[in-house]
Amino acid sequence: MNHPWSIKAELKKRILIIDGAMGTMIQRYKLEEDDFRGTRFADFSHLLKGNNDLLSITRPDIIEEIHLQYLKAGADIIETNTFSAQRISMADYNLEEISYELNFESAKIAKAAVAKYAAETGNTKKWVAGAVGPTNRTLTLSPDVNNPQFRAVTFDQVANAYVEQIRGLIDGGVDLILIETIFDTLNAKAALFAVEQVFEEKKVKLPVMISGTITDASGRTLSGQTVEAFLNSVSHIDLLSIGLNCALGAKEMRPYIEELSEKAPFNISAYPNAGLPNQFGEYDETPEHMGHHMSDFLHHGFFKYCRWLLWYYS
Amino acid sequence: MDFLNIAGGCCGTTPEHIEHIAKIASTITPREIPVIEPYLRISGLEAVTLRPESNFMNVGERTNVTGSKKFLRLIKEEQYEEALSVAREQTEGGAQAIDINMDEGMLDAHYAMTTYLNYIASEPDIAKLPIMIDSSKFPVIESGLKCTQGKSIVNSISMKEGEKEFLRQARVIRRYGAAVIVMAFDEKGQADTLNRRIEICERAYRLLTEEVGFPPQDIIFDPNIFPVATGMDEHRRNAIDFFEATKWIKKNLPYAKVSGGVSNVSFSFRGNDVVREAIHSAFLYHGVKAGMDMGIVNPSQLQVYDDIPKDLLIAVEDVLLDRNDDATEKLIAIAESLKGQVNVKEEKDEAWRREPVEKRLTHALVKGVTDYIEADLEEARTKYEKTLHIIEGPLMDGMNVVGDLFGAGKMFLPQVVKSARVMKKGVAYLTPYLEAEKAEGKSKAGKVLLATVKGDVHDIGKNIVGIVLACNNYDIVDLGVMVPAEKILEAARRENVDVIGLSGLITPSLDEMVHVAKELQREGFNLPLMIGGATTSKVHTAVKIEQNYSSPVIHVNDASKSVTVVSNLLSIANREQFVKNNSEENSRLREYHINARAKADVLSLENAQQNKFKIDWETAEIVAPNLLGTKVFIDYPIAEIAKYIDWTPFFISWEMKGSYPKILKDPIRGEEAQKLFNDAQAMLKQIINEKWITANAVVGIFPATAIGDDIEVLDHDATKTIAKFHTLRQQSRKADGFANVALADFIRPKAHVLTEQKSSHKNFSVATAPETDFIGAFALTTGIGMEKWIEKFEKEHDDYSSIMLKALADRLAEAFAELMHAKVRRELWGYAGDENLTSEELIKEKYKGIRPAPGYPAQPDHTEKITIWKLLEVEKNTGMTLTESLAMYPTSSVSGLYFANPDSHYFGLGKIAKDQVNSYSQRKGLAIEEVERWLGSVIL
Repeated sequence: MNHPWSIKAELKKRILIIDGAMGTMIQRYKLEEDDFRGTRFADFSHLLKGNNDLLSITRPDIIEEIHLQYLKAGADIIETNTFSAQRISMADYNLEEISYELNFESAKIAKAAVAKYAAETGNTKKWVAGAVGPTNRTLTLSPDVNNPQFRAVTFDQVANAYVEQIRGLIDGGVDLILIETIFDTLNAKAALFAVEQVFEEKKVKLPVMISGTITDASGRTLSGQTVEAFLNSVSHIDLLSIGLNCALGAKEMRPYIEELSEKAPFNISAYPNAGLPNQFGEYDETPEHMGHHMSDFLHHGFFKYCRWLLWYYS
Repeated sequence: MDFLNIAGGCCGTTPEHIEHIAKIASTITPREIPVIEPYLRISGLEAVTLRPESNFMNVGERTNVTGSKKFLRLIKEEQYEEALSVAREQTEGGAQAIDINMDEGMLDAHYAMTTYLNYIASEPDIAKLPIMIDSSKFPVIESGLKCTQGKSIVNSISMKEGEKEFLRQARVIRRYGAAVIVMAFDEKGQADTLNRRIEICERAYRLLTEEVGFPPQDIIFDPNIFPVATGMDEHRRNAIDFFEATKWIKKNLPYAKVSGGVSNVSFSFRGNDVVREAIHSAFLYHGVKAGMDMGIVNPSQLQVYDDIPKDLLIAVEDVLLDRNDDATEKLIAIAESLKGQVNVKEEKDEAWRREPVEKRLTHALVKGVTDYIEADLEEARTKYEKTLHIIEGPLMDGMNVVGDLFGAGKMFLPQVVKSARVMKKGVAYLTPYLEAEKAEGKSKAGKVLLATVKGDVHDIGKNIVGIVLACNNYDIVDLGVMVPAEKILEAARRENVDVIGLSGLITPSLDEMVHVAKELQREGFNLPLMIGGATTSKVHTAVKIEQNYSSPVIHVNDASKSVTVVSNLLSIANREQFVKNNSEENSRLREYHINARAKADVLSLENAQQNKFKIDWETAEIVAPNLLGTKVFIDYPIAEIAKYIDWTPFFISWEMKGSYPKILKDPIRGEEAQKLFNDAQAMLKQIINEKWITANAVVGIFPATAIGDDIEVLDHDATKTIAKFHTLRQQSRKADGFANVALADFIRPKAHVLTEQKSSHKNFSVATAPETDFIGAFALTTGIGMEKWIEKFEKEHDDYSSIMLKALADRLAEAFAELMHAKVRRELWGYAGDENLTSEELIKEKYKGIRPAPGYPAQPDHTEKITIWKLLEVEKNTGMTLTESLAMYPTSSVSGLYFANPDSHYFGLGKIAKDQVNSYSQRKGLAIEEVERWLGSVIL
């Protein structure tokens, strides 16, 4: 079996490829409410359509198929279908209680896909990254413009939600932890805090990857940090890699990746969007993770506020 | 693309994308992970790196409930937004991080720390800085760490409660990713001798690095700063022991840093700020020399070390360094004599706050106080039925008082600009209510459009006119700088303005103004046109502009006159007479001009050339420069440049005429001049400490010879011509004994070189060719980075600060030019190595050699700048560019030539005749029309 840390040696040899969007691929299956519910949630009290992470339980066949497609396309690292699989985001669907299970099952599916691919091709040099998203709350900014010190969530709540998620991922067998789409560094610090706590508790140490999101041409995260400030804020862990994903296309992302590349003593990752979002900050036709999970902010006029903030001080 | 190790796709990408990316990636070598220097790297919204060569890092201390009564009161009263201003003052005062402490018995420190940090997170101008979370209670520190997204510094932990607890706390801090300050404190107590400090720091360092894996660069020691001059013998070495401990730590504990709470050292002199500030500065001076990296200080309360009076400094240092037995008594004696002295801090008289709201508004406007404007307006809103009535009532009444005082010469421009700031803030505050009430009708006296014309970037004067008019209730449509004619016309039409005002500083702007006038005529406008700016004149307005526009054209030469002009133009009763007077005046000027032209006694160019300025080249000493070619200066220290500032023009830019420093003692204007000067000094300090602007320069010195009226610049070996400067010669008839000068006269002519030149000199190098002369050129700027601040001030309706910054940047540019010229004379060229002039003598230009600038009297042709730009590769070397009108960008830039000959001097070209225009056009290879366009006003 492929050892998680073998990735370090492989990275010295070549550029490794991380997979593409999960949401875009799920979209292709044109799933309906019933697909999301399956038999287990057939009588569930809330609508579940759009909860992509839930498909790891209700349609694991589809998730595995997508993983295999990416492996065949040349991905060296595949991400578990767990971008929103912690209790803060799952509260939108009243599904807080299956958070651990979602992570555990998703990790299993991804590992199974890798095993299947290895059996078919003999290629074992593939890794499963446990995807840890930003949640749909921010720790640094207030959702209420008139009440700037208010926070919709606390550091401890976020860290605890991540602890539960990461336990599920590690128990399910992931090789790496990938904290991604960081629009608020404090959320990411809570995730790193949780990672270290679970590592200590389980006496394991997996490679940790981190990927921030520069929201627009101002060159800052949504919470207002420059790329270098972000780097300084998360460098207390010996990261496998640091990089950027989402929000920008490859072209727009390039200068910030170059800056990281100069300043970071870690590997550098970049997985941009296929182009830029439309004027609503959403992706046309595809309810991608960013578009979906940002909708909460959009509803609260939040996005606008933050952009104003960035614009003002850029 | 060797800056990547992992690539892939996010939203919208599919296996097809990944396949494509994988294919490309397989052909590229991965990035090698670089070795990153182990510096302390912290962050707020922005990153801060403490490098070995970094200066001392100021940590703001006023956001500490134990140190600031005001801050404590605000926190206790839950006035958190108000309390933000304390943090903001620190950032503005030059702090590079902010220390926050909420340890007070009556406070819920967890709640206060969390709430205040959350407030700070919503204020990017504060949150940009890293936070130092300061508490003696570790749980409060943890609360703070949960609110800071950046990499903070914890202040502090110690081994007071034993190793185990120390290690636990260090591990927690590490998990939040913060750096840590370690107090020299252990189970036995606080270290108070050098040996105890060393013992504790060494042990803590070992534990942290070996047991916790704490990066040594993230460990900051606080080896305890204790008060000096306490009168007790055991305290005499308090400062010295700190310095010694600092030296030891820096030498023996690799990468560790040293910090300290500086104000403690002067504790014995509470209430005597003059002495305290002197002690702090002297302590820091020695601390930093010993290796201290950072300190918690009040950055706005630091005396400049060099400015500490000598006797005080000696007394302070005697105490700090324990230099003699009666040091403490002596310092106490000096302190007594200084008691009650205030360091240019104004006592705030708050009695006016008890007046009725209208009186308060007037007071705020006249005194330029913005602190209470919103609260007062909110109160006024409850009192007045309509928001509009507040503006028309108390606010306008207040502005009328300002207008009257200004008109009577009892208020000066800087004050008026401050008043305008209050007014603007007030109106901005009321605007949403106004709009909600859908106030109808036109309350303003009239609408004036202002613009600096295309190609020109200078706008201080224009902005002042805008403010003065706005204070007089005119609505201002300010289009900014570099505004093309079509935009002016379009805005005039759209905004339905009553008057148009054009401004410009450089000579090509004069032609652009003519162009705007023609366009206004062509499009059938009939609005009055005001012309202003340094190079504009009544004559030019009368001769060139009025001829092209059938509506009134008025030259306005200073801001205070603009009100009279506009009010007359818009007054039904006065307009006709005013316009008539103006046009009569203009036609009188035109006639005079035509007559003068007819009478002008001008030599032919040939005769003028024969009467050139003669230098005896046989005896003239030509000094070969130390520098040949160019030298670039990037990010020159502003503090150095500031020493060369000539303050007199600074006051002139604020329309306060009088020479510095006399103006500060002027019986009428002295008080306001002093305030203005204090504000300028304060901003200058910020510019320096916070690096608001960057100063770049390029200078070059080259072999050169004069050929006729041109100067050929030669390459290093003086064999090839690499550039040619063209100069213009005075043509008006001179009295006997006076020459018709051109700049070329100051360079040794080629003919002369040829007669002297021996055949063996054919391949001469500079060193062996004493016949070759030299010329220098320079371009420099102090305007880089300024725009960000100007935008910020304008967004905050703070014209006062905006104008202040521009005026200072202009002064700095001139100062930089002065500094560079001195450097060239003394070092780079070195022809005046022994020169030793005071700054006053420098300002009076008592040195040898000149630095004339294209566009100025000796060479009015701006196109010569293009040659400088090419020769020195100015754009590449400094980032400075030229606009289409050949104004330099950014503003606050200077360029010119250096002449070293002791007989070279400044002169004004005066008028030139057609024959010289033709000759110049040929020599330059520039069409006659082009030459006429650029030299317009100097051609007869």
